Amino acid sequence: MKTTSRNIILLCTLLMIGAFFVPFWKIILEAPQYPEGLEMKIWLYKITGDVDKINGLNHYIGMKLIHEDEFPEFKIMPWALGLLIVFGMFGAVMRKRTLIWAWISALAVAGCIAFYDFYQWLYDYGHNLNPHAAIKVPGMSYQPPMFGYKQLLNFLAGSFPDTGGYFVIAAALGIVGVAVYEQYYSKK
Amino acid sequence: MKKIRQILVGMTLIALIGGSFTSCKPKKVGSLMAGDAAQKVYVAPGKFDEFYFFTSGGFSGQLGVYGLPSGRLLKNIPVFSQDPTTGWGYTEESKPMLNTSHGFVPWDDSHHPELSKTNGEDDGRWIFINGNNTPRIARIDLTTFRTAEIIELPNAGGNHASPFCTENTEYVVGNSRFSLPLDGKDDVPIASFKENFKGAATFIKVDPESGRMNVAFQIIVPGFNYDLAHAGKAVSHDWVFFTCYNSEQAHNLLEVNASQNDKDFVMAVNWKKAEELIAQGKGKKIPASYMHNTFDEKTHSATSTQEKEVTILMAEEMPGLVYYIPCPKSPHGCDISPDGRYIVASGKLAATIPVFSFEKLQKAIESKAFEGEVAGIPVLKYDEVLAGEVQQTGLGPLHTEFDDKGFAYTSFFVSSEIVKWDLEKRVVVDRAPTYYSIGHLCVPGGDSRKPSGKYVIALNKITKDRYLPTGPELTQSAQLFDISGDKMTLLLDFPTIGEPHYAQAIAADKIVKNSKKFFKIEDNANPFAAKSEAEAKVVHKGNRVDVYMIAIRSHLNPDNIEGIKMGDEVYFHVTNLEQDWDVPHGFAVKGANNSELLIMPGETATLKWTPDRAGMFPFYCTDFCSALHQEMQGYARVSPASANVPLSFSGGATASESK
Repeated sequence: MKTTSRNIILLCTLLMIGAFFVPFWKIILEAPQYPEGLEMKIWLYKITGDVDKINGLNHYIGMKLIHEDEFPEFKIMPWALGLLIVFGMFGAVMRKRTLIWAWISALAVAGCIAFYDFYQWLYDYGHNLNPHAAIKVPGMSYQPPMFGYKQLLNFLAGSFPDTGGYFVIAAALGIVGVAVYEQYYSKK
Repeated sequence: MKKIRQILVGMTLIALIGGSFTSCKPKKVGSLMAGDAAQKVYVAPGKFDEFYFFTSGGFSGQLGVYGLPSGRLLKNIPVFSQDPTTGWGYTEESKPMLNTSHGFVPWDDSHHPELSKTNGEDDGRWIFINGNNTPRIARIDLTTFRTAEIIELPNAGGNHASPFCTENTEYVVGNSRFSLPLDGKDDVPIASFKENFKGAATFIKVDPESGRMNVAFQIIVPGFNYDLAHAGKAVSHDWVFFTCYNSEQAHNLLEVNASQNDKDFVMAVNWKKAEELIAQGKGKKIPASYMHNTFDEKTHSATSTQEKEVTILMAEEMPGLVYYIPCPKSPHGCDISPDGRYIVASGKLAATIPVFSFEKLQKAIESKAFEGEVAGIPVLKYDEVLAGEVQQTGLGPLHTEFDDKGFAYTSFFVSSEIVKWDLEKRVVVDRAPTYYSIGHLCVPGGDSRKPSGKYVIALNKITKDRYLPTGPELTQSAQLFDISGDKMTLLLDFPTIGEPHYAQAIAADKIVKNSKKFFKIEDNANPFAAKSEAEAKVVHKGNRVDVYMIAIRSHLNPDNIEGIKMGDEVYFHVTNLEQDWDVPHGFAVKGANNSELLIMPGETATLKWTPDRAGMFPFYCTDFCSALHQEMQGYARVSPASANVPLSFSGGATASESK
């Protein structure tokens, strides 16, 4: 493996460390009464933003209160990403292509698990509603989108990566690029 | 043929003469309006105005807030008068704000808003306004647009020459339009006016951090009618100037008897000198009784403190402190040019405007150019202080504001017009009629070191045929003129709440950036606050019932209360738990001899209710807060005093009863 390739991988893992210091994902809500929008920021280990305001509004449709203590994921995710970062660095230092491919597979698996888990939560919040809620629309569920925008009654809900998410996506693309290059183009 | 020609010539002549007669008739407003006036005042929906415009409420006792150039009403801030809409002066928390040494006074007459200043420029932190009737000064906090403090002035009657401030808001001033004997010695014959009645030039110190006011000292001056004031700027920084009329010291038929002297006075007070005298211990502490009321943003409650003494300086005993400048015919307005070099006073029965020079004033004092003394105070020679008179102005000049290009704008009550004149050359350059009977006028920043050159606003007393009629009582109004060009052009008329005396305007961005959106619930230190659902409760002790109630979209907790008995006094302490902008909750009870509550997010307000009969009393949220606002309700059950109904509640609150 070329020194440049190794350095790029190291740089990518460093970029992933940045994800600990900024929000990872965001859910945004817009409505006529909220032209400025409401935002919920999901970090690796906490939730910030207008959570109280969103909970205040959600009680009308009987959605459960969103509270970060509810999520065991916040205890696991920092470790999982930390492990990936260490693994990536190890692969780079060892300059082993196979290790890099293993890393990419691990990231893909972790990503799949994360998105599946995220979907489960969104489904649960959107469907598991208090039967005594003030506003009940027959057949209506309030599952927010996993990615992109979706209209939920008067609210337009959006779900997108935040800065930390983009860090990891950029790092993953960088590392995949290096792996492909090393595999097919690099002259020994 | 000749005859026909003669007839034709004759007819032409008649037509010409007739035409010139009609063209002699002065043009009306239509021709004064600029063609693009509508465009200049149109602020599109959703867009903001460029200036905040604060108008005194006059006999409403309040302070109006408008946007300029649109003239849209934004808020009416309750100050000196009870306001059932917001509960101001009705809630247990706000009642102390209207305390005076005369007890609870639920009304006043507010005349002059004055923005706080830093380096002579409006800084947008606070706005002060005077209460004329029961002499008071209020400070309104411009982060919350609420009255934060009201202080009473001892030894004063008719606090009209107020509350103008010095360049760094070191002091705001007040003075008596209705001179009085000193407090406690005022049961005297009216015939002893000249002997006993005094003015009280009051200097109120303003804390530069908190804004808190305190009466620092009062200069006791001859008993004239002190009308208006302004502090000096830059070169004249150390001085405050007051106008006064009735130097005749008449006490009856003032209309005639106070208009005899050819000249009354502008009183020049050296406040730096006063500070020195106080520091040297020359002040005398005398007993006094006046109220000082402050509103605490943490407890959301007001407290009244009775002050018991005041420091006075007797003007006639302190040489170098006070001078009188003769000024033609009952001067009213007293305005200082942006550079502080000129003092413009307007004799309201005069036809000229005298402009005094601060430089000449200093020389005259130095060379003792006195024409005599009045009550032990030197009177300077008119010509030795005068820079010049503006001739052929109009009739009845009242007030002057300034722009950024060296022009002054003076209002004329009798001839109902604004006259624009060149400050250095002292010649009239333009005039514009006002509809009708203008009192004060306002240029944004017009009494500061940095006036804006965009607008002048006329504040008119009479509107007659200007709006749709509304019975015998008609609105007062403001008129907006564009002054960016050589000619003043009328852009807009709009009605105002109460009578606008003075008004001030300030660039919006100086205020917007500090505007508060809600109060943090965790900072709420009201002793009766329920800061969460879990803290909602009812306490019954003796004949007092304290309901610690919360309001949040869309319920009140507790929502039903039973066990109240006749003879009980019920206090609803309602805390708004919302933590978002623009979500107030209201609260009202059937039959309460009281107003409603209007509670801002994070705030606690208390409604006192003494039930007048046994029965069921619905209460509810009065501010349409949410989709289920109509469901925000509950009942209070009142039983006869002898009944045996236990205290109980619903809504999740906890009950407690102690005998």
